[in-house]
Amino acid sequence: MFGSGAMTNSIPEIENHDIIFVIGSNTTETHPIIGLKMKKAVRRGAELIVADPRKIDLVRFSSVWLQQRPGTDVALLNSIMHVIVKEDLIDKKFIMERTEGFASFKESLLAYTPEEGERITGVSREDIIKAAFLYGNAVRPGIYYTMGITQHTHGTENVYAIANLALMTGNLGRESTGVNPLRGQNNVQGATDMGCIPDFYLGYQKVTMPGIRQKFEKAWGIHLSDTPGLTATEMTRAALEGKIKALYIMGENPVLSDPDMNHTIQALKKLDFLVVQDIFPTETAELADVILPAACFAEKDGTFTNTARMVQRVRKAVEPPGDAKEDSLIIVELAKRFGVDMTYDIIEDVFREAGNLWPALAGINYRRIAKNGLQWPCPTHDHPGTPYLFKGAFPRGKATFTAVQFRPSDELPDHEYPFLLSTGRHLFHYHTGSMTRRVDPINRVSPCAYIEIHPEDAQTLNVREGDAVRVSSRRGTIEIMVLVSGRPAKGVVFIPFHYREAAANVLTNTALDPISKIPELKACAVRIERVETSPK
Amino acid sequence: MVTLKIDGQKVTVRKLSTILDAVRKLDIPIPTLCHHPELSPFGGCRLCLVEINGSPKPVASCTTFARNGMDVTTTSPRLEKLRKTTLELILSDHPKDCMVCERAGDCKLQELAYFYGIRENRFGGEQRVYEKKDNNPFIARDMEKCILCGQCVRICDEIQGVGAIDFAYRGLRTKICPPFENDLNCEFCGQCVAVCPTGALTGKMWDQKGRQNFKEVDTVCPYCGCGCNITLHIWRNEVRRVSSKEETLNEGWLCAKGRFGYGFIHSPDRLKKPLIRTAPKDISAFPIHQTNPPLPPFTKGGRGGIHPSSFSLHPLSSFKEVSWDEAFDYIANRLKQIKENYGPDAIGGLSSARCTSEENYLFQKFFRAVIGTNNIDHCARY
Repeated sequence: MFGSGAMTNSIPEIENHDIIFVIGSNTTETHPIIGLKMKKAVRRGAELIVADPRKIDLVRFSSVWLQQRPGTDVALLNSIMHVIVKEDLIDKKFIMERTEGFASFKESLLAYTPEEGERITGVSREDIIKAAFLYGNAVRPGIYYTMGITQHTHGTENVYAIANLALMTGNLGRESTGVNPLRGQNNVQGATDMGCIPDFYLGYQKVTMPGIRQKFEKAWGIHLSDTPGLTATEMTRAALEGKIKALYIMGENPVLSDPDMNHTIQALKKLDFLVVQDIFPTETAELADVILPAACFAEKDGTFTNTARMVQRVRKAVEPPGDAKEDSLIIVELAKRFGVDMTYDIIEDVFREAGNLWPALAGINYRRIAKNGLQWPCPTHDHPGTPYLFKGAFPRGKATFTAVQFRPSDELPDHEYPFLLSTGRHLFHYHTGSMTRRVDPINRVSPCAYIEIHPEDAQTLNVREGDAVRVSSRRGTIEIMVLVSGRPAKGVVFIPFHYREAAANVLTNTALDPISKIPELKACAVRIERVETSPK
Repeated sequence: MVTLKIDGQKVTVRKLSTILDAVRKLDIPIPTLCHHPELSPFGGCRLCLVEINGSPKPVASCTTFARNGMDVTTTSPRLEKLRKTTLELILSDHPKDCMVCERAGDCKLQELAYFYGIRENRFGGEQRVYEKKDNNPFIARDMEKCILCGQCVRICDEIQGVGAIDFAYRGLRTKICPPFENDLNCEFCGQCVAVCPTGALTGKMWDQKGRQNFKEVDTVCPYCGCGCNITLHIWRNEVRRVSSKEETLNEGWLCAKGRFGYGFIHSPDRLKKPLIRTAPKDISAFPIHQTNPPLPPFTKGGRGGIHPSSFSLHPLSSFKEVSWDEAFDYIANRLKQIKENYGPDAIGGLSSARCTSEENYLFQKFFRAVIGTNNIDHCARY
């Protein structure tokens, strides 16, 4: 948003915030250790603002909880900003020196009075004002968000709204002050940094920018394509349309993780050729033409980059089982079959090659991160790493305000599908469960899928905890156990997506955000019916 | 700032520091069982007693603030006698089963008994006997070994913010337990196991998996994006325990997945050979309208759901095992064919946020430089 996609601060800085604004992140369950740091900050006197449609565990530690209706984050944030402008809690110096476009942006907030905010979001105007005062008066505030913000058809607009809030209050570029998207997987930051995205080479260097492609052509000694590629969600569609004929999937399980499972399976079946490289026979591998056995994290050397841009050392501890090989060796061997030599002596050579092509990594080597990680940018070998970003300036010069307007989710509850379904993770299982569901003790505490239903809705549906219900959307149907819970609001239900036997993503919507191409996994309409005869 | 003298050495510490903080700053060894630098002072074990010049009684250094001009002695015949007696009292109702205790060799109490040379105990008397309530799959609680240092209670409340356990009853009957002495039902982060100074709390999955000769390898947790530093304890090519060191990014704290979720590494389900499809992709092979058995979850007291032993994913009957050479040749030929017929943009690659950065770099390079397409993405959006 300000020039690179990453957390602006580091994890140890969390405990020094005076205000923490968590929106669309169930931090204690999805990022438990960052959750601990937040609790520590609260113990040290920080106040916590939680905006979440569910009464997540963090609410217990909060000064104010904004229970917005799913998909109304823009209206909520805009009305908070409306109050901040009205009460003159903006940072004029910061706005003048480091941003542009404030005047027209300010106009866009006029309509979002706290009353209008209350009407759209369901959050009381008093709470909106309270949150605005808390954040507006903060000295070292941090905003934290995850997929609750991004997995919407207006996900990019949600992120813009968060950026606007931080910019207008000058809350960027200082220690313990910033905007922090928490990345959900151990190395999602590293994968993005390394250019596993269709429109950027490594280090966010745009494929279409003049000079960039030439730089990589020179480095790799080969002609490169100048057309940006397709995102994962677009590839699924292209496969269905027959435009993509072959897919090579390394360490992913899109059948369970992507929206509308039937659609994903259809698309993968339509392929002429599917290679799946993984550590387990996943639901996706079941559809493959070739399955390659890979090594897991404990069986290889390399680095992971955590959500705070910290490059940390991963070390080989055990040998992979059977004939399983490290992913890197598999890729190198396969490249040989195409007559391309990608061999390296030690895996650090690969990291060094990346450092040569992206200055932010140039100062990092394995010796420097032997004990503690380093946070990029780290351009030289004596650079200490960068705990927080944007001190003094943004990479693109001035940051721009982007006015955004509230627009509803793609699919809203109606007469036929009266409940709004949100999906996510819970504490014990991880993502599609291919790892944690094979860990016996974890499976024992968290054995089966459930749907969280508000007590009043449960009464209306005439279901009790432990009953089975049939949940249907326009895309599919699953049967699942009821968990009566005060966590979701009335009319909203929640299903964790870890369980293949009641996969939440059978139900979800494939509608995409037009800019980031992220699917709207956090909101779709469903119908719930009681299953009369208990299955098995 | 406060300046005081400890064993004749001058030391300056911040205001509101305890004498123990000052002692630790000078790196003088002083035994403690209930102290933890991240937790509120407790003053329970009485081992950190020190003498202050001018004060008639020894005081617990962990609960006494350092003051200007204090003259502190950390060791003397009288203090050591007191410490030894305290230890003997703690050990008087402690089970003497170090030979089978999971923590032997890594037990603070055992180490102190060793240093103070306590084998026979002058104090006899009643032993505490507790009924084990241990239906949870992660944490073994042997409360007869508990010395009531309260670290687990404080960490659960102060760091984890859960408060699943507390002291109950009084005197000899005092014990630490969940409300109403129910079975433990919490977040199972295992922070309590990490701080327990004795064998009262241990990981169930470590049981009889060895206490000595582990190779320790420092690495990074493979689950969420926090990037917690973990140490794998390896015994003969097997990960047998996971721990985390205090001086790490995550201060030694982990969650249930990070601490106890390593079993997948050696799962019998791991893929071990390259496989090539022999049977056509069959719709019935993957029943997606399968029902979910609505058995009560663990929290309701049962052991319901899918039983681990019966939990195995799809059979791979439509595949045959091949050698790596066969697999590579097959993939290369098919991809070349498709590239020739439809162009490089008919091929796509999905990389993995679970793999290392180096592997991701190589994967995108393979697609861009070898296949010749920018159709490369990963699961950042899910």
